Amino acid sequence: MKDSRGPTDGDGQPKAADGDGQPKAADGGSVNSPFETISDIEETRRDRYRKRYENYVYAPFSIIWDDWRARIGLAIIALYVFVGTVGVFLVEPTTNLDGSAFIQPFETWEHPFGTDRMGRDLFADTIHSTRPILIMMASGGLFTVTVGTVFGTIAGYKGGITDTVLSSITDVFINIPGLPLVIVLAVMFEPRNPVLVGILLSIAAWAGLARAIRSQVLTMRRESFTEAARAMDVSTSRIIRKDILPRLMPYIVINMMNATRNIIFSAVGLYFLGVLPFEDQNWGITLYLAYDAGAHYRPGALHWLLIPMIAIIGISVGLILLGQSLDRVFNPRVRARHRNGEAEAEGSEDVEADNTGMMKQV
Amino acid sequence: MDWRVRRIGQALFTVWGVITISFLLVRLMPGNPMSAMIVELEEQGISPTQARYLVELRLNIDPEEPIPIAYVNYVGSMIQGDLGHSMYYDRPVVEVLATALPWTLFVLSWAAFISFFLGITLGALMAYWEGGRLDLGLTGYATVMGSVPFYVLAILLLVFLGYRYGIFPTGGRQPTGVEPGFNWTYIRGVIHHAALPVISMLVVSGAASLSMRGNSIRVLGEDYLRVARLRGLPDSTIAIQYVARNAILPMYTGLMISIGSMFGGSIILEEVFAYRGVGYYMMSAVNQRDYPLMLGAFTIITIAVVIALLIADLTYSKIDPRAGGGKSEGL
Repeated sequence: MKDSRGPTDGDGQPKAADGDGQPKAADGGSVNSPFETISDIEETRRDRYRKRYENYVYAPFSIIWDDWRARIGLAIIALYVFVGTVGVFLVEPTTNLDGSAFIQPFETWEHPFGTDRMGRDLFADTIHSTRPILIMMASGGLFTVTVGTVFGTIAGYKGGITDTVLSSITDVFINIPGLPLVIVLAVMFEPRNPVLVGILLSIAAWAGLARAIRSQVLTMRRESFTEAARAMDVSTSRIIRKDILPRLMPYIVINMMNATRNIIFSAVGLYFLGVLPFEDQNWGITLYLAYDAGAHYRPGALHWLLIPMIAIIGISVGLILLGQSLDRVFNPRVRARHRNGEAEAEGSEDVEADNTGMMKQV
Repeated sequence: MDWRVRRIGQALFTVWGVITISFLLVRLMPGNPMSAMIVELEEQGISPTQARYLVELRLNIDPEEPIPIAYVNYVGSMIQGDLGHSMYYDRPVVEVLATALPWTLFVLSWAAFISFFLGITLGALMAYWEGGRLDLGLTGYATVMGSVPFYVLAILLLVFLGYRYGIFPTGGRQPTGVEPGFNWTYIRGVIHHAALPVISMLVVSGAASLSMRGNSIRVLGEDYLRVARLRGLPDSTIAIQYVARNAILPMYTGLMISIGSMFGGSIILEEVFAYRGVGYYMMSAVNQRDYPLMLGAFTIITIAVVIALLIADLTYSKIDPRAGGGKSEGL
């Protein structure tokens, strides 16, 4: 069943073994033995791709699509990505004295979100802020997940002295409060590149994930399928890649959602505090400038604070909704229900697991 | 080895790690604060020997010493509680922070205390009426709140409750013009000033109630509850001894871990509310590039968090008898 291409590629028909010439099967066994029954159904490469597509693309998306949370979440994130990629070219960057100061939002169509004290158009500001924030999210999320997974799987699988060393490093980073460390490093290194900022912000965030993954790998290591693989002399890296990582994937993906959300929170927070140096725009800097100019008590300037806030809350709502429904995608119970065509999942019982279970470390 | 000994060793290891990191940052990084400080002092026309003395006073690092010896001396003075000398406030860092730490702890402990009990009560109620109106409403609320950064909420509270309606003071930590002491006006003023920071931490930590809800629901489905009911135990015994006890267990460590993130968050909150705690001084050190004070605040916060986590782990086995020896395996 696994690989039926070998014996069939001659004429497309499964070769029935009858005496003449004794055709050898791919694995070199005798064809007449009862173990050599060949699947009647021909499976071409395309079939396998289709199967893979159905398992990995179609099924998850159909589950996600049945969930209103995912639809909204995906739409929100798609909107932000669109704004960050295409929108940047559609809307001209704003400069000082683009309009008069403190135009209220929705007052004129020229400045739909209004202007700040220097007459900068807040709509263009918001649009152009999206790209650096998205880059930070992507780099920080990838960094967290990669380092966390690598540390967790290796420590859990290898055990022994490797585990002791890696776990000690992990424990130190779990114990260090994240935000103060990030502030100190930001002051010392003054990162300007959004990719670096993203990585810096997640410098302590990976540890929690690493510890959780380690404990999962510890249990997986004792299970029969990895034991079988070890007995078959499969290399360690292959066992980790083929047997362990796929089973961790759900957990990793959901954590990536949370990690990216924490990145936005702390990035904007640090820009708001004025800890990170800045030259271009992002929502945190807008907040900082607004707060610095006293927009929180100055009449008619409140929108200057509100607009970046709404932008932040918007994208994190999108991430939370998507994270919740991803949790459902990976939940075997929900999955089974979908495979049986029973599309409607009842209730929302499996929602709370993701965003509360792991208290963030920021 | 006893896991408690290991756990304490791990805590000490963390503190040592943080001290080492700060030494590396100050002494070895290219363009490090120590060299910058020497250059700056010499530009001000201070003689090299005087500059060297000042640098050693502030940073606890003698620039002339070879790095290993400087490192040993640095760790030594840190252990003795000498965190250096603040440049901006011109006082020992320990002195500056010692006056600030109680205020931070005051706000944090209130926030942690209230959010824990609110979370447990609401979570238990939500689990009890699962799928009801309260449950749906609060779940939605917690989801929305999860997407609001706490400092955004803090700014909004400050704008509306502080500036617009003037219900709460907009900054400071104690009432002006009242003699500090054990009298009602002063205490009320202190609580009044701490209210906004505490509220901003609370509203966001609504997540606690969600995890309590999840835990309780999970416990409610357990077999031993059915057995307990079949044994004819009274409802109150079941609710307290069986459900609550088992549902709170995971929350306890969650609370202690969240103290770490709360401490971090308090830096931003104290800056927003101009509440003179450790975080406020850390931010003022950042803005003034007062490295001794900044690193000192960082060290103090780390030690506080490490102690909180240590207490959590050590007391957990008292609450949950199942925990204990097997602490190193799994979560």
